[in-house]
Amino acid sequence: MNDMAAAKPRVVLDPQALRREFPIYQNNPGLVFLDSGASAQKPAIVIDGIADYYRRDYANVHRGVYQLSQRSTDAFEEARETARAFLNAADVNEVVFTRGATESINLVAQSWGPKFVKAGDEIIVSDLEHHSNFVPWQMLCERVGARLLVAPTDASGGFDLAAFEALLSPRTKMVALTQVSNVTGAILPVERIVALAHAKGAKVLVDGCQAVPRMPVDVQAIGCDFYAFSGHKAYGPSGIGVLWGRYELLAAMPPWQTGGGMITTVTLERTEFQDPPHRFEAGTPDMSGAVGLKLAFDFIESLGREAIREHEEALTGYAVDRLSRIPDLNLLGGGQQRLSVLSFTLDGVHPHDVGTVLDQHGVAVRVGNHCAQPLMDKLGIAGTVRASFGVYNDRGDIDALAAAIEACREMFLR
Amino acid sequence: MMDLRELYQDIILDHGRHPRNFRPIEHPTHTAKGHNPLCGDRVTVYLTLDGDRIADVSFEGRGCAISTASSSLMTEVLKGKTLAEAQALFAQFHAKVTGGEVGELPEALEEDGERLDPLTGVKAYPARVKCATLPWHAFEAAVKGGAAEPVKTE
Repeated sequence: MNDMAAAKPRVVLDPQALRREFPIYQNNPGLVFLDSGASAQKPAIVIDGIADYYRRDYANVHRGVYQLSQRSTDAFEEARETARAFLNAADVNEVVFTRGATESINLVAQSWGPKFVKAGDEIIVSDLEHHSNFVPWQMLCERVGARLLVAPTDASGGFDLAAFEALLSPRTKMVALTQVSNVTGAILPVERIVALAHAKGAKVLVDGCQAVPRMPVDVQAIGCDFYAFSGHKAYGPSGIGVLWGRYELLAAMPPWQTGGGMITTVTLERTEFQDPPHRFEAGTPDMSGAVGLKLAFDFIESLGREAIREHEEALTGYAVDRLSRIPDLNLLGGGQQRLSVLSFTLDGVHPHDVGTVLDQHGVAVRVGNHCAQPLMDKLGIAGTVRASFGVYNDRGDIDALAAAIEACREMFLR
Repeated sequence: MMDLRELYQDIILDHGRHPRNFRPIEHPTHTAKGHNPLCGDRVTVYLTLDGDRIADVSFEGRGCAISTASSSLMTEVLKGKTLAEAQALFAQFHAKVTGGEVGELPEALEEDGERLDPLTGVKAYPARVKCATLPWHAFEAAVKGGAAEPVKTE
């Protein structure tokens, strides 16, 4: 690492210093938080910024002629522009604010889906998908009479590109995949997936929930058609997320919810709708959420997204090595490239018992099926223990995790 | 913070590792499945009723130490009891693990009630209470005639 630093000056994250920016650590001394994959903690800049918005600039957006409403609208639309830049999208009107990735995916499945997917068509997901990128497609298929195909991971836990390619056909209308698995941390080769899918005329939706907080994301470079993520996993508030979609696709999609803010003309006979993105934002939006999301993006950019990725890669490597040396521990494979999410089982000890023991040692991890029951079924397990990392984690956290696992073995396997 | 050993007492660890009555009953008069979707735990409870009396009771499934131990201890205390006695034991156990008002048991059942006390440590772990009550809910569903769908812990 030092040699690299000498050759190429760069920022190296200092997790201990960063913790001072996260009030949760001041309020919970000794906390070992390893559940950022479920939801990340919030920096003070986000927490305070939301409060400041309510104190200084709050009013409804896109509705008032008074100055305060204009300031609020400006803050809301500035957040949209920040999201555009964060994804390197071409057009700010391609950024739709949603409640989170779940709503983003449901929006596409319910609005784009019935218009463009017909009986006999096929949709491909992977066996790594979170329920939120699985069930909406399953329901769409049931609704229109399409087939849902599942692209498998290989024995190492990596995405099986050849098997995926074999599933593609002119019947494929949508490929919906995660960029980084929320169970194994496997990184999927989304650029190659998109190229293969587009060659067959299929659209591609990428679930970026685990990728957005951890690596640079460029939707134009990926080449996908839709990109979904949640703010709360990216150090922003809960209740806000983004759907990015190619403008011509969004423009061809009907509204999926209707109400205020998304119409141009309403008469007793008919209603005309706004263009994207507002067409998909019925009702008063989560304005403070958007403001908080912008501040979260500012926070991430201030650290540097390459620096964050290097930090998380180094920590992931250390954790894989450290956990692999614990007897009776089985680390789920994540393929050749994995990032920041590790799942494991402990022979003879149920994940729930591991979770409780770890909690008593101040180590917060997630246990269970991680909203990925199809993957658990494939692996023949009821659940796993999952550790996932953020910018505030360091090797000390991994050591604390390992020590707590040892205590667990001592209790159950002695 | 509570000492972990109050939750994972030796008797819990023992029943978790070596559950009693862990077997199917070939021709049960009653059976039902329990499922805790939160952690994926599954338990099947089998019963042979002789009139109003529990002639045999057993279980199968996979679960955490708490749910396995609770299933095991449940089968031990229920064997030979009447359904009314079983109901009284469940009511008191439920109150103990959820922090409800704990009623008195008839003197003949007191000892059995106390046998379940090692499980009451879950009271301090709200996320784990359902692990302890899962087999009892399945038992109750079995008595009521079994449900087509597994009984959930909610």
